[in-house]
Amino acid sequence: MKQAISINVNEVDHRDEVEPRLLLVHYLRDLLGLTGTHVGCETSICGACTILVDGQAVKSCTMFAVQADGANITTIEGLATNGNLHPMQEGFWEKHGLQCGYCTPGMIIAATQLIDRNPNPSRDEIRHGLEGNLCRCTGYQHIVEAVEYAAKKKADL
Amino acid sequence: MAAKYVGKRIKRTEDPRLIKGLAHYVDDVRLPDTLHVAFVRSIYAHARITSIDVTEALKAPGVVAVYTGKDIATTVGPVPCAAALPDLKIPDYRVLATGKALFVGHPIAAVVATDRYLARDAADLISVDYEELPVAVDVEASAKGGPVIHEQFGSNIAYTLTSGEGDIEAALKSADHIVTQRMVHQRLAPVAMEGRGVLARYFPGEEELTLWSSTQIPHLMRTQVALMIGLPENKLRVITPEVGGGFGSKLNVYAEEALLAWISIQLGKPVKWIESRRENMQATIHGRAQVGTVEVGCKNDGTITGLRYNVVADLGAYHQLLTPAIPTLTGLMLSGAYRIPAIQMNVTGVFTNKMSTDAYRGAGRPEATYVVERAMDIVAAELKIDPVEVRRKNFPAKTEFPFHTATGLDYDSGDYEAALDKALNLSGYAKLRAEQAKARAAGKLIGIGMSSYVEICALGPSQAMPAGGWESATVRIEPTGTVTVLTGASPHGQGQETSFAQIAADELGVDLNAVTVIHGDTAIVQYGIGTFGSRATAVGGTAVLIAIQKLKEKAAKIAAHVLRCEASSLAFEGGRYSRPSAAAASAVSEPDVAVGEAPAGALPEPDTEGRSTLTIQEIALIAHIAKELPPDTEPGLSATYFFEPKNFTFPFGTHICVVEIDKETGETKFLRYVAVDDCGKVINPLLVDGQIHGGIVQAIGQALYEEVVYDEQGQLVTGELMDYALPKASQMPWFELDRTETPSPVNPLGVKGVGEAGTIGATPAVVNAIVDALSPYGVKHLDMPARPEAVWKLITG
Amino acid sequence: MISAPFDYVRANTLDEALALLAQNEDAKILAGGHSLIPAMKLRLAMPPLLVDIGRIKDLSYIREDHGQIQIGAMTTHYQIESSDLLKKICPLLPECAGHIGDVQVRNKGTIGGSVAHSDPSGDWPAAIIALNAELVAVSKNGERLVKADDFFVDLMTTALEAGEILREIRINKSNDRTGQAYAKMHHPASGFAVVGVAANLTLDRNGGCEKASIGITGVSSKAYRALAVESALTGSALDEQKIANAAAHAADGVDINGDLFASEDYRRHLAQVFTKRAIAAATERAG
Repeated sequence: MKQAISINVNEVDHRDEVEPRLLLVHYLRDLLGLTGTHVGCETSICGACTILVDGQAVKSCTMFAVQADGANITTIEGLATNGNLHPMQEGFWEKHGLQCGYCTPGMIIAATQLIDRNPNPSRDEIRHGLEGNLCRCTGYQHIVEAVEYAAKKKADL
Repeated sequence: MAAKYVGKRIKRTEDPRLIKGLAHYVDDVRLPDTLHVAFVRSIYAHARITSIDVTEALKAPGVVAVYTGKDIATTVGPVPCAAALPDLKIPDYRVLATGKALFVGHPIAAVVATDRYLARDAADLISVDYEELPVAVDVEASAKGGPVIHEQFGSNIAYTLTSGEGDIEAALKSADHIVTQRMVHQRLAPVAMEGRGVLARYFPGEEELTLWSSTQIPHLMRTQVALMIGLPENKLRVITPEVGGGFGSKLNVYAEEALLAWISIQLGKPVKWIESRRENMQATIHGRAQVGTVEVGCKNDGTITGLRYNVVADLGAYHQLLTPAIPTLTGLMLSGAYRIPAIQMNVTGVFTNKMSTDAYRGAGRPEATYVVERAMDIVAAELKIDPVEVRRKNFPAKTEFPFHTATGLDYDSGDYEAALDKALNLSGYAKLRAEQAKARAAGKLIGIGMSSYVEICALGPSQAMPAGGWESATVRIEPTGTVTVLTGASPHGQGQETSFAQIAADELGVDLNAVTVIHGDTAIVQYGIGTFGSRATAVGGTAVLIAIQKLKEKAAKIAAHVLRCEASSLAFEGGRYSRPSAAAASAVSEPDVAVGEAPAGALPEPDTEGRSTLTIQEIALIAHIAKELPPDTEPGLSATYFFEPKNFTFPFGTHICVVEIDKETGETKFLRYVAVDDCGKVINPLLVDGQIHGGIVQAIGQALYEEVVYDEQGQLVTGELMDYALPKASQMPWFELDRTETPSPVNPLGVKGVGEAGTIGATPAVVNAIVDALSPYGVKHLDMPARPEAVWKLITG
Repeated sequence: MISAPFDYVRANTLDEALALLAQNEDAKILAGGHSLIPAMKLRLAMPPLLVDIGRIKDLSYIREDHGQIQIGAMTTHYQIESSDLLKKICPLLPECAGHIGDVQVRNKGTIGGSVAHSDPSGDWPAAIIALNAELVAVSKNGERLVKADDFFVDLMTTALEAGEILREIRINKSNDRTGQAYAKMHHPASGFAVVGVAANLTLDRNGGCEKASIGITGVSSKAYRALAVESALTGSALDEQKIANAAAHAADGVDINGDLFASEDYRRHLAQVFTKRAIAAATERAG
């Protein structure tokens, strides 16, 4: 039986009737058309589907949409403010932190939480903080540099 | 060409859409009334399908149709194999299993429903009766006998091939030592982060079909799918939207692509299938999967006299596009970076009840490099000399290029010693060895490993390729002065939207932002080959460059006509043609055609009166308005070029890594990783570094973590990313990179290619380091992946 | 990877959840969902009803009460990992939490969900055993206390009965001569414990081992207490040799798992190595 949910995504309120089994990632992609959040592994390993739910990075392929009823969600589409890239997006661009781009939205979201919790992370802390996000293209080094760039930029703001 | 952009670390123009989450991969393309496909796949590795009951599925909510093998047996052609080898056995590979299922994941039925959840539900309602058959899993056993997969061939041997030059028997006989080593190149899964995906939309009125597919080869796919479903090729349009990684796994034409196209025609509606990760592990091609024995003859001073490699290649149950050809590439590269007078490879391609193997990043060359580079270390150990010296001893000198190998190749250019020396300096090799001795004395297991590789890139001359080895480009300057580059290459993360724009902007003297690179749409782009084999820049980039040179010939003719002088007397600088007298006065007083500034209502009239210089963008306007053209000149300003390279290119380099092994657990930890690579001229160092990093990590994945494992029943044990270990950020070292730059004479850009270098060079460096660390225990070799348990067993004896 | 259909109710109170469980025999409790949802997506679990206890207010807390640490079942791994209170009074818990999955998993996954799931490679059971925790199970009929040693029954089976929900985890505060540590080998793909050893030691005033409590996960079908190790440690000063000798008993009398990554022999060896490491680290911290 469908259930009513009300979710705020990127500062816009949405009300929908959904099947309980609808995964949050499919809700975002298929019902709201926010296709920036990707599905990579479906077993909660790769992190391509990472979004912020009430400020916390979670894997949206391992959560039902009904569980997010009443929540505030940020997806990659909501990260820039007033058309300005988030420092983390800027870092990924400046440091070539992406190639095919598929893991990138989840990686960027996870990385924003990382520097929120630890504003001046070491390289080792960055690498461990991104254990839940797999990238098959970059070899991670440019991603580490992107996070360093963003942390510095954020500190300078 | 004035290098304002080429050679610079320029950030990518494709990134903004990707970092904002606004790019479109196949599943992001949304069409109204799209139907969704779910597959029923074989749960057995080898079984006769005795019946399929779809009655319940057809009654399920939202279900529109169900198809099985009998529906497509006479209507959809077989999955194509483009490899041509003498006496190659090619089984009939239908897009849905007909009669027998030959591997776990083999598609048996396709359910079409209005929603992907409903399609999945209905797939559970299809009941398939199987009669299990004995399975052929182990490749060496399957080569010798056991259950035959394709009865019509009488055995599981798909082909045998001998390659190489020189008298190998004599060469080995003349050696002071012969070292022999069996080596396993384990089966790997490419695991592009975006799996495969297909969206097919048939237009019944127009009788046209558009196929969105996550592929590396849009044009080749169009040709093949058109043949498979019997649609005229010019009625089929293939679009590759954003592609989330390929690594060779999307250099193919799969059953699902043709089937979805056919279903869309049957139903007259868009149909979509997005591969799950489980399907990706089961039914997207795997790579490597060779078991071989190498014999190397050497003199007492380390001179290599000959190399023989006898190998069985695990092909899987069927041939995909290039399956049987991949192991033959191994034979081409068995000379490595060395002068080896006689080389022979004897390869046997073997069918097994597993998914097909095919091109995975490196495609046959990593196996060769691994064999040669492991062998160099084994020779060094046998002769008790430093592995550096064995390598140095056998390098051809830089003056010997083009260098002919006993594998039948002519290496284009190289200075192997320079790259080796740079890597030795950067790593502080002598000091590392001293530190290692000290650490060993303290009971620590430190290993230093190196690999001096050569790889074959820029695939390749058409003679060497099944479907053409050229690449195409069209370059246009539009009336408003923007530049459009259409490339037949199909980048999917490599960044050619940027690097090709760099080439074009420099060659045309325009701003980088004025250039847009378009790829991956067969309705827009002239026929092309695609992106694989580190070919896009060396072959496709060259096509862009030469197309621009053609375009400029015409632009110069127009400029000369308008400026009233000889074309040959014109100077071209900064995007501007100048009359000889005006060249010194320069362009300061000349108006520019604005590009990308404030919007205008209409095209400006070209103002040519009394001008002594014209920008190439003004010439484009003149060429389109076509009122002031020289006689017999076609209007418009565009040029197309199909570049046919004369040879492959041969990038090279030396990687050195230092590892520490945990004596108690067998775990490997990196202490250093140094890579000096030579990929010829570099268009964008930032992108080259990215390719090297990513390649090395995939190589480390093979060395330490990754393996596709089938059990004795042919069940896939590593069916999810919970089991198949991809390298994680926390496990990887910091890479210290440097380069040498030896231009390739094969193309005017002097570039060689870099997409696979890391994957090819790094695997043996890592394994050599581990073996070196374990040498106090008398260890001479270990097979990949170097799981902690395997290492621990070698330590404990 | 799409779950079969099911009904879903979000319980607002524990009583409501218990009532729903009592009425629906096959219903499943949904906590953080990080064990259950993957199983449902693979259709290995197809419960007709999910009772979501994720929003029940009184189930997420970390507090100290009369020398007892109380942790609500719905407290996330991350809340435990980042708890300043626990870092001070029970550092094994934050250390163990930091080894679970990855950041996103720790943000969403809960200690109660994980313990009640009793995955043979889960991290929490080792710590729960080493800390001699008590688990508060609640049903329509009231509450009962289950000791850690009695809680983990078999592969993915706990002492929780039908209709019961794990409400709280209680741990007695240790004294300042206590040292704790968790040592683990991560599976390179899943991040689960190939072997995970939690050590909780209390030294006497002379530096001898007064009490030793060792929980081991990943090795067998369920986490277990390494009794032989504990008794070999207790009663004397712990030097390297003593620790190694004790750790050699890490897998005594246990049916050991073997898989692609670690055979039975290797896992036995790892159990000994990581037991040694956990004890050594705990000893140092106790000193």
